[in-house]
Order: sequence, then structure tokens, then C-alpha cells
Amino acid sequence: MRALRWICIALALLTALPAAAVQPDEVLDDPVLEERAREISKGLRCLVCRNENIDESNADLARDLRLLVRERLVEGDSDDEVVAFVTDRYGEYVLLKPLTTGSNWLLWAAGPIMFLLALATGLVFLRGRARAAAPQEAGLNAAEEARLQAILDEDGRAGR
Amino acid sequence: MITELGHFALVLAFLVAIVQAVVPLIGAAKRWPGWMAVAEPAATTQFLLTAFSFLALTWAFVTSDFSLRLVVLNSHSAKPLIYKISGTWGNHEGSMLLWVLILTFFGAMAAWFGSNLPPTLRARVLAVQSSIAVAFFAFILFTSNPFLRMAVPPFDGQDLNPLLQDPGLAFHPPFLYLGYVGLSMSFSFAVAALIEGRVDAAWARWVRPWTLAAWIFLTIGIALGSWWAYYELGWGGFWFWDPVENASFMPWLFAAALLHSAIVVEKREALKSWTVLLAILAFGFSLIGTFIVRSGIITSVHAFANDPERGVFILAILAAFTGGALTLFAARAQAMEAKGVFGMISRESALVMNNIFLAVSSMVIFVGTVWPVVAELAFDRKLSVGPPFFDMAFTPFVIALAVILPVGSMLPWKRGSLAKTMLPLWPVLGLSVALAGLAYAMTTGESAVGPLGVLLGVWVFGGALVDLWRRTGRGTGRLRRLRRLPGADWGKAVAHAGLGITIFAICALVAWQQEDIRVAQPGEPFTVGRYDLILHDVTSARGPNYLSTVGEIHVFRNGEEITRLFPEKRNYPVARMPTTEAAIDYRFLRDLYVVIGDAQAGGGWTVRTYIKPFANWIWGGCIIMALGGLLSLTDRRFRVAAGARKAPAAGVPAE
Repeated sequence: MRALRWICIALALLTALPAAAVQPDEVLDDPVLEERAREISKGLRCLVCRNENIDESNADLARDLRLLVRERLVEGDSDDEVVAFVTDRYGEYVLLKPLTTGSNWLLWAAGPIMFLLALATGLVFLRGRARAAAPQEAGLNAAEEARLQAILDEDGRAGR
Repeated sequence: MITELGHFALVLAFLVAIVQAVVPLIGAAKRWPGWMAVAEPAATTQFLLTAFSFLALTWAFVTSDFSLRLVVLNSHSAKPLIYKISGTWGNHEGSMLLWVLILTFFGAMAAWFGSNLPPTLRARVLAVQSSIAVAFFAFILFTSNPFLRMAVPPFDGQDLNPLLQDPGLAFHPPFLYLGYVGLSMSFSFAVAALIEGRVDAAWARWVRPWTLAAWIFLTIGIALGSWWAYYELGWGGFWFWDPVENASFMPWLFAAALLHSAIVVEKREALKSWTVLLAILAFGFSLIGTFIVRSGIITSVHAFANDPERGVFILAILAAFTGGALTLFAARAQAMEAKGVFGMISRESALVMNNIFLAVSSMVIFVGTVWPVVAELAFDRKLSVGPPFFDMAFTPFVIALAVILPVGSMLPWKRGSLAKTMLPLWPVLGLSVALAGLAYAMTTGESAVGPLGVLLGVWVFGGALVDLWRRTGRGTGRLRRLRRLPGADWGKAVAHAGLGITIFAICALVAWQQEDIRVAQPGEPFTVGRYDLILHDVTSARGPNYLSTVGEIHVFRNGEEITRLFPEKRNYPVARMPTTEAAIDYRFLRDLYVVIGDAQAGGGWTVRTYIKPFANWIWGGCIIMALGGLLSLTDRRFRVAAGARKAPAAGVPAE
């Protein structure tokens, strides 16, 4: 067991420990600029991670991107210019907020369209219900009706 | 030997499931009582065999039987016992076995407590339930067999993913599966009703407890997962709109919609076909969730890395069951004519709106989740759909739902008046606007999310209290009557109040959290918000299967020490993975959340400090919601009418 322990410790030392999220040495002195950098970082995806933004990611690539964003901001780029700069190099895959251009309009419009359709269907149904005459036929035969009534009666006594 | 018996039991269960899926269905069609009666003993046998099989696998994990491939890949002899047990379902094969175990468990529950159902309906429900089991038994045996042996057993295992070695996550999957799979009961009832060609109030009353139980478990499962992400991933995020999270959230929303529409069927015999459709969709989305998690088609933080073969198999199961059920639905939906008549302003209309908001919001999440795949296949665009999209596209529906909730839940059935219903609600509205204004005034210049959260939270919470109080009637003795209100009334109020709390807490946390990142020198105090912190010392420690760097941080407020925190950075040498263990000072109104990072070249350590207001309220609200569901389950009418001597949730083995 002692040998195993030493192997464990050796392995632990060999394993490179990745840096974690935003490091103190990355933080810009100007708080306004830093705030902008944080906001931009939250919208950019870490390319080697599975589903994290670069602001939260521990990966080295994310750190490089964070530094890049800050570099561009210090040089006087606007937020949009920084995002465009990164997108030009890495493609729209880095954008966590998908563009509204091209086929993506379908994605953005999906919610409102589905809602309007559902609302229209719902309203038509509700109007129909409000106008419908009294039920013409019962879906149950006499025995079933009696049984259902018995159940409901029992509930009535039990409930309130 | 036990392993082989477990394997054998699984094969037997598969065979029993086939019999149970076929014989009772024929019996119900031909009205042969003997054939229909096969369903009950078969359901019990199936459950017992699967349970034995699962226990055999658990035994292999507990005894670290490294001749089993699965144990080698996911366990280690030095792992604490609790994680050896939870390791059974901390992997693809084992979790699928747990999945079918729960599936057969629900089938057995329906057999044991369904004696009050009409015999043909019961036979059909059990047969449909069993046909789902057949598909998943085949999936396990042919693509993901957990009982495969190693030709040469290794000396020790490769350990479980360290992120999974955590109490929150150990019990997250069982709850989630109880929820996912619980929806299979609603599905089986829906399909059986379609075969029978009849849906009525009694049917809705039989379905509702099962849906309610599934929804309760899903709520708890999602809350556990979110809480785990909060304390384990190291920056206190609680929801990431990750595909796997979405996979659990979509069925939750559909189950919530189903709960509400089943009330309309039960009380008013309207919305029948829609309710049946919802039952099919809710379980369909459970299957889609399973597909997303297992196929690896959509990248995610949590997904089990998997091969496409399994993905195709699950896709086939998904297509067969949802497609088949929807075809049956299309053929039979006209047979279910609505009976209830009601006005535009009524409880029924409000519940229709509730269903629209819940179903559409769930579909929005679905579109956002699969869009990257669609865009790549159809438009050759490689893109991401991340939290900013979901925040923008999903939130409006929640806001709309919260706005109509108190009014809708108090509107009378058939025909109501908005003015009359609003009468007792005006004070609540006034209070929520006043408090939101106060919050706005106190935090001028910050985002409007906080005040909005106060507004909606107080409105929904207060509305739930008013609703409950109004149920007690008038005059004296209201307090006494309050205690004796039926479980359903209490459940409704409590669940709605919980939702209000969660909405408020999420907004408050997002709007008002404070963050501090710095290099802390040992012994030098620094200030975050109203707190002074000192990094006292950093030491090394050893756990059972990890090495750890532990910081000791003393926290002061107004010069008085209030707590000491010990954030850790762990390294699991066997799994070769580091994890951060945040140290959190949990308080009622805020959490103080401290993470230790790396040692710096110039001396000192990276320390991150967060003040997170009302963090606990998020999960507190979820637990209260689940409690509301539980109270509703205790309502006497379910036991009387559904013939269940016990509520379905009782006696569920959660571990």
C-alpha cells in the first residue's frame, strides 16, 4: 500500500493543474473596461470545453481568449468590434447568443410563432366551448354513469 | 456467480415483459379474463427479477468485483462505500438498469394498486407499460450490457468521475429517473385510453396521482442537480441551459401542463384529447431527454460519452413509441368529444392559458436545444445556442405565467368575472408593486431584474395565500376550517407559493450577487461587501482517494469573527481530474461562497469570493413546490377513487 501511495502522489504531481476561470492577473485596472470585458466573455464560448463560456472556463484556450478580449478593449475597440474580431477568427460557433441572420431567423422566431399559433388555436377552442350547446350525447352507458356518480359522490362526502 | 444470476434474471425479466406486453392486450380485445389476469403476476415477477438483477450489479460494485468491465471502468477499491453504491448508476449501463428497474416498479405499483380500474383498462395499461420495458430490456441486453466480464481482471479500477463523487449528485439520478419514468405511467394510461376509445373524469382521476408523483420526483431531481452545480462547479452558477439540463426541464414543463389539464378533464370533462396528447408528449420528451443524454449527439457538460449505435437504438424506441402513440391519437382523438361548456373568462380558460405558456416554453427550449444540430445538417452552419438565447426566449413565458397565475387559480369554473376575482387580490398586487418599488429605490442604477423578481414573487406567493384563505369561506371558525381543507387545496397553494419563492430567488441572485477575485496574501485582510476576510493558512490534506489543498479563511463582520471557511482544491490521481470544493457559509438571507485557486508565483493564492443573496431560496422554493405536490397526493379522493390503498409516492425506494 505504501508503494501505491507514492505512485498516487507522483501521478498527482505529474498531472498539470489547469488554471481556474478569471485570474487576478487578467483583471484590468479600469473597472469600467473590466466590466465590459466580463460581459463580452460571458457571450463567448470556450471552444475546447463542452458547454461553457470563456468567463467561467478553466481551459488555457479560454484564458488566451479572455486576454485577447481585454487587449482589444484596451486598444480602444468597441464591444461589437471585439466580438467581430473573435468571430472572424473562430467562426460563429463561439457566439453563445446566436446571430439573427440567415436561417437563424427561424430559431428566433420559433417562440413567438409557436405562441401565436397556440394562442389562436386556444382562442378558437375557447370560443367554441363558450358557444357550444349543451352536450348532446353522453360518452358513458347507464351502468358506467352510475359507477362514475358513485365515485364522485363518495368524493363529495370525503372532500368538502 | 451472483453476477451471472443477475444477468440471467435480466434475460428472464425481458421474456416476462414480452409475455406481459402481448397476452393481456389480446385478452382485453377478446374479453378473456384469464388472459387479462396474466398482467398482474407478470408485472410483479418482472419487477422482482429486475430488482434482483440490479442488486446483483450493486453487489459487484460494493465488493469491487474487478472481473466486471463496468466496475473496472467506474470504480476503485479506495472509493468510499456510498460512492461505490452510487457508482452503480453513475455510468451509462448501470443507469439504464436503474431506469428499467423504476419502469418495472411503476408497472408493479399499477398492478398492486389498480384493483379499482376496469379490468380491460388495467390489462391494457400494464401491457403498454410492459412494451416500453421490452424495448429498454432489449436496449440494455443488446447494446449496453452491464454484466460483461473481463478476460483478465485488473488489479484495481479506474475510479468514478470525481465530479460524481458527491452526495448531491449521488442521489440526483434516482430522483430524476423516478420522474422521467413515472411519466411512462401517464403515457400507458393515455395509450390504453386511446385503445379503449374513452376518456372520462374517472380516467383523469386515475392518471393524476401518477403524473403528480412523477412531477414531484422530477422537481426534486432537477433541484438536486442545480444545487450540485451551484456548490461543485466552482463559481456558483445554478442553471446553464445545458442540453442535459434542458432534457430534464422539458418533461417537467410538460408534466406541469398535464397536471393542470387533467384537472379540467376531472372536474369538467373538457380538454380530453389535449390531455391525452400532453401525456404522450410528456413521456415523449422524457425519451428525447434520454436520447440527448445517451447519444452524445449534442455536446454537454454532463453527457455520458457514448457511441452512435446506442443513440440510433434509442431514437428507434423514441420513434416507435411517440410515433405509434401519436398515430393512434390521430385515429382516435375524434372519439373523445368534449362535454363541458364554459365562458371565455373562467378557470377552464385560465388553465388553457397555463397549458399554452408551459407547452410553448418547453417547445422553445426544445428548438434551442436541437438547433445546433439542425443548423449543421440543414444549413451547414456550425453554431452555438447558449444561455443568452434561452434567457431571452424562455423568460417572457414565465413572466406571463406568473402574471396570470393568482387570478387564474381563483377564477370560478364555467363562468367568472375578472373584477370579482381581483377583489381580494388588489392588496397583494399593491403590496408587490410597493415592495418592487422599494427594491428599485434601494438599488438604483442596477438592472430591473431584481425589482421584477420582487414584483412577481410577492404577487404569486401572496396570491397563493389569498387563494387558500378564501377557501375557508366566511364568518367565524375560518382558522379551524383552514386546517381541515382537503389536501388538494393545500397542495395547490403550497406549490404555487413555492414557485413564487423560486422566481423571486432566481431574480434576486442574478441581480444582486457580488463577486471579488484577487490574490490573497496569507494574513492580509481584504473586504468584500460587508465582510472582511483573512486567508489564514493553506495546507495539504489527503482524502480516501484524493489529495487536497485546503485554505483556511476567517470571515469577520464589524470586527467580529462570524465563521471560518475551508475551501478545497482536490486532485483525484486515479481519475486524473481536479475538482474545486467551494466553502459556503449558508445563511437565511445570503450565502458567502469562497473558492481557492492556484498559488501565485509572487506569493499568495487566488481567492474568489461571492456574496449570493437568497441563494437557498431557489432550492427551498423547489422543495416547497414538491411538498405542495405531496400534499395534493394525500387528497382523499385519489385513494377513494383510484382504489389505491396508499398514495403512489409512499414506499418508493429512493436509494
